[in-house]
Amino acid sequence: MHALSVRGLVKTYRNGVQALKGVDLDVEQGDFFAMLGPNGAGKSTLISILTSLVNKSAGRISVFGHDLDRDMEAAKACIGVVPQELNLNQFETPETIVVNQAGFYGIPRALARQRAEKYLAALSLWEHRHKIARALSGGMKRRLMIARALIHEPRLLVLDEPTAGVDIEIRRSMWEFLRELNAAGTTIILTTHYLEEAESLCRNIAIIDGGRIVEVSRMDRLLRKLHSESLMLTLRHPLTAAPVLAGYHIALVDEHTLEVEVTRDRNLNDLFATLSADGIEVLSMRNKVNRLEEIFMRLVDKSAAVAAGARS
Amino acid sequence: MNATAENAHAAGHVAPLPTIGQSRWIGFRTILAREYGRVIRIWGQTLVPSAVTSTLYFVIFGSLIGRRVGPMGGFDYMQYIAPGLIMMAVITNSYANVVSSFFSAKFQRFLEEIMVSPLPNWVIVAGYVGGGMARGLMVGVVVTIVSLLFTHLQVHHWAAMLAAAVLTSAVFSLGGFINALLAKNFDQVNWVPTFILVPLTYFGGVFYSISMLPAWAQQVSIANPVLHMVSAFRYGVLGTADVHVGTAFGIMALSTVLLFGLAVGLMNRGIGLRE
Repeated sequence: MHALSVRGLVKTYRNGVQALKGVDLDVEQGDFFAMLGPNGAGKSTLISILTSLVNKSAGRISVFGHDLDRDMEAAKACIGVVPQELNLNQFETPETIVVNQAGFYGIPRALARQRAEKYLAALSLWEHRHKIARALSGGMKRRLMIARALIHEPRLLVLDEPTAGVDIEIRRSMWEFLRELNAAGTTIILTTHYLEEAESLCRNIAIIDGGRIVEVSRMDRLLRKLHSESLMLTLRHPLTAAPVLAGYHIALVDEHTLEVEVTRDRNLNDLFATLSADGIEVLSMRNKVNRLEEIFMRLVDKSAAVAAGARS
Repeated sequence: MNATAENAHAAGHVAPLPTIGQSRWIGFRTILAREYGRVIRIWGQTLVPSAVTSTLYFVIFGSLIGRRVGPMGGFDYMQYIAPGLIMMAVITNSYANVVSSFFSAKFQRFLEEIMVSPLPNWVIVAGYVGGGMARGLMVGVVVTIVSLLFTHLQVHHWAAMLAAAVLTSAVFSLGGFINALLAKNFDQVNWVPTFILVPLTYFGGVFYSISMLPAWAQQVSIANPVLHMVSAFRYGVLGTADVHVGTAFGIMALSTVLLFGLAVGLMNRGIGLRE
């Protein structure tokens, strides 16, 4: 049984825009699943249909075997959602918000209060529990939405760009929290624009573009598809020209920086051995772009080219 | 065992296991408590204004003008209008509470908290309508207390009086809910109360008996549902009514059922909420 199973999902808005054009998707139980796509690709529409905020035009969705149409209450009870846009009652306190949310899921008041303390504390909000939501910082509001989504302890947590606009320190602590949650058995689906976030957290990935899934893969397999990587090397001593090394394409970016394209059939030992032999001392190295970002851009460009070809 | 409890057990947590019915009851109570809390929190906007306006009505229409009007329906004019003013407060407050609360939740998007939950739509409608009824009836009690400062009120038929108040607040809470559901902006929230609700209430026998009107106007007034509600309540308090009380209760009960069905039907189709 899949945590989420989507079949033939179509959404056409009243203005004629077809946001989803027949999406099929399976997410395994216990997975940490990334859903990536450019703006307008259909990610949020898919999540909104899954959480009953948008009506679908066609297709079926089941959550842990519960059909969202036929067995709505059981299906929705399995899902917790952290939306992209803030949707808190600005005049309620964090404690009231999460306890009320528990009530909407049929959780008795006493248990709701225990869980409120558990999740507000876990997300560093317990000391702010009596402030009204409007007085919280942007990061706190994001964390409050996560606490609210967890209060009924869902088996499937859907996060739609949960770390958007959150500073790096809080983002890292949220990552750690989500990892622990996933390790404890919660299936997580994450959409994000931070590809580093998806690469760091997720085991499987779907790339959606133009309302269609263009790639579903294990993260490591997808990353292996990259035939070459561009590395940026910072040098101790200045160079006036790029060294010529057989099997490597090297460009001099500035007198202290080399850009080296390394194909999958080459290794870095040979590169560094040759540079050392030439008296070139490397101080540091970084990827020119995030590896996932590179694949993402290729797949999205390819999808756009296919769509353009189909139109012409 | 409901699915939420199953989730908790699947994740290894030991939790009480409410049934589906208990879960819905907890959800209903949560919405109701939130609405009640809102009414109490902003009491200056929800409970006080009707006390002030009803005081003004009693002073101007009852005390100053009423003396020249003389008795009506066999009662002192102030006594005659008191049930009408109480019902006017019940009607406007029941409607206003749901339309403003539900539309605010929709506009600020925190309605999504409930929409993503497993609560069936009929429970959501019942919760909001219960909140509107709570405010309508609380304000009704406030206006009754104000009216006792100006006139003496007896109760002719307790059950009729309470049933009329409860059914009227239910009907107008449902009306407010449907208005909020269909409204796309705050103008549309205010449109119905201003152009429909106020005229219906003023022509609904609050300040006069329709026996004063020419025959054709009496026939037109009979089509006004507010007249039936005010008359049924006035019957409960004073024992006099402009219309047949049984018919009035029939209209109120039927309106409640039809409007509830309509509200749930609109919610099920996502009208005004989901595209």
